[in-house]
Amino acid sequence: MSVSPAVPSTHASQPNRGWYKRNEIAITPWLFLLPAMIFFAVYVIVPIGQSFWISFHEWDGLGEKAWVGTANYERLLGIGDQNMDRKFTVSFWNNLKWLVLYLLAIPAGLFIALFLNQTVTGIRFYKSMFFFPFVISQVVVGLVFSWFYLPREGLLNAVLAIFGAGPVNILGDPTLATYGIIAAGLWPQTAYCMILYLTGLNAVDPEQVEAARLDGAKGHKMLWYVILPQLKPATFIAFVVTIIGALRSFDLISVMTNGGPFGSTRVLSFYMFEESLSEFGFRMGYGAAIAVVLFFLMLGFITYFLYSMYRDEKGAH
Amino acid sequence: MHSILKTSLAALVAAGVTASSAAADAHALSGELNIISDMSNPAPRAVMEGLAADFGEMHPELEVNLTIVDREAWKTQIRNALGANPPDVVNWYAANRMRPYVDAGLFADISDLWAEPEFEALASTKGAMTLDGAQWGVPYTYYQWGVYYRKDIFEQYGLEEPSNWEEEVANCQTLLDNGVKCYTIGTKFLWTAGGWFDYINSRTNGYDFHIALARGEIEWTDDRVRQTFANWRQLIDMGAFIDDHQTYSWQEALPFMVNGEAAAYLMGNFAVAAMRDGGLDDSKLDFYQFPVINADVDFAEDAPTDTFHIASGAQNMDAAKEFLRFVTSAEVQTEINSGSGLGQLPVNANASIDDDKFLAQGFEMLSSNAGGGIMQFFDRDFDAEMASVGMEGLQEFMVFPDNLDDILMRLEETRQRIYN
Repeated sequence: MSVSPAVPSTHASQPNRGWYKRNEIAITPWLFLLPAMIFFAVYVIVPIGQSFWISFHEWDGLGEKAWVGTANYERLLGIGDQNMDRKFTVSFWNNLKWLVLYLLAIPAGLFIALFLNQTVTGIRFYKSMFFFPFVISQVVVGLVFSWFYLPREGLLNAVLAIFGAGPVNILGDPTLATYGIIAAGLWPQTAYCMILYLTGLNAVDPEQVEAARLDGAKGHKMLWYVILPQLKPATFIAFVVTIIGALRSFDLISVMTNGGPFGSTRVLSFYMFEESLSEFGFRMGYGAAIAVVLFFLMLGFITYFLYSMYRDEKGAH
Repeated sequence: MHSILKTSLAALVAAGVTASSAAADAHALSGELNIISDMSNPAPRAVMEGLAADFGEMHPELEVNLTIVDREAWKTQIRNALGANPPDVVNWYAANRMRPYVDAGLFADISDLWAEPEFEALASTKGAMTLDGAQWGVPYTYYQWGVYYRKDIFEQYGLEEPSNWEEEVANCQTLLDNGVKCYTIGTKFLWTAGGWFDYINSRTNGYDFHIALARGEIEWTDDRVRQTFANWRQLIDMGAFIDDHQTYSWQEALPFMVNGEAAAYLMGNFAVAAMRDGGLDDSKLDFYQFPVINADVDFAEDAPTDTFHIASGAQNMDAAKEFLRFVTSAEVQTEINSGSGLGQLPVNANASIDDDKFLAQGFEMLSSNAGGGIMQFFDRDFDAEMASVGMEGLQEFMVFPDNLDDILMRLEETRQRIYN
């Protein structure tokens, strides 16, 4: 990478130290950071600003933008003499369902990791089998689960029939469909958390375990007071990826129900896509307003995580 | 099949070229012609590739570049494709579906082409290609909608093709008593429910009312609209439609009819190929026009038109216009809409219709028994946002008819926002 050439000194008596040389220590870190900062600005910061800007317009994505002020937000949140956008309310609550239920992947992943953390013949094979769902694409997961749920031919109903339970059409029932999709999402997410915990378990200090055992700890006490505290970094990462995964749940919904039946499985990201980019979506401004709301939601979570990370690090010193 | 089509097209081109497009030969076309097509299903794809190849042979100086995009993907990609560095010719749909691109100035005004004498043969579709008093594209194919039914099942229970609503409902009751559902439908992607609404509404209130509703001139809470839903509800309450239809796509709903669990399907003619593939030959499959509901209104029919357009940023306008003349000419229309091609109806009045039971019936129906008017289809006649909110409401109505008041209120709210 080229740097600024050394500027010839005007004072012949001075030692030949260029401007860069003199400021090397201050500048070099910034030079290293520069490529990342440029990319971050161009692909993250600027688009965020553009989304904000577009959200104050009415725009079909093709012609001229028309300034409408906060009208998009007023319609979205039901400010003034209009009702709150019902699709938005549904999407928002579905997002919350995703957030809460998706966290089940963490204890489930921990359980499987503990179960697989042993040395028997072929354990590598079993581990890779459990990890398998994370490797396949979300689209494939969605397809497999939608076949599993099929009202007549699906495996789920075949199994239920053995126990004499009536057929259910999970993806066709507006009260159940979201839960059905979350269950499909938990399959790969659990595998992800499992891998995080398996790596974490490798780092557990055997001497501490030994010491705890001498003190008579075993079973769930051992797990709770000795193992889990040492797994804290893994738990933290698992938490972050699961929350983010829940907020970007888009592909499963698109594949399994396409937002239906009658819009009951929409989440904010899907609603945003539908309004601005889908077959009938020509409302870029409104879509951008949804994106801004989603942005603040995510920002809230991320700030919380950064803060707790900061607090932990300060506590450690 | 592809090569047969190509050679036969080439042959007729060799014969017809001197007659129909002598003007073009006078000043030979040159440069490049870029076409993006959404004809991605196997049979249409072969047709499109044949068209491009033959057009290229007719104009040796011209380099024809054809890109075929997945049909569903094209519905969202078109806006990027038309934006920067656009192709010359693209596929799209008629009526209100053109609106965003016309308003944004992305489709070229080709009214001059429509003023040429050859285009009088396309007069029946001119209305669907007209927005703001100008024409923005040409049609290349269209197809009828109607009720495709299992003839053998109807014969088994001694049923006749119904001609009015009472007979329709009575037929349905007989079928249900024998454990056969009357209609199969898959509403996962919503638009199939739009077909039912188009028909019941236009049969109940007439074509003019339907189009006024599409233009946003009538309230959704109007009593006449409620009457449409009341008629529809008669069938829903009987259990006429297959269960769990909200989970299926239209293709996934086909096996119900093929297996004899449902007797009929309100669909476009494009479904016939799939039904024949499923083993329903002409002795088992037949077609009837959607029956009369209100004797005071004339028949209106859904007959969606697929189209070619020139991008306003086209680099080779002459070649693009010549290509549009080429695809709409009587010979090419006869060829590409034949059973070995698209298996649909030609748009040129001088073209001949393939000897196919359903095409013949469809053409007969549209030319002599659709006095009310031709609808393009729910999602092409209504504004885009109204269509998406509307079709979702229709699907909900088909599953929970009790929610009707709430659904209509929602649609009305949307109408007021869009059209005011």
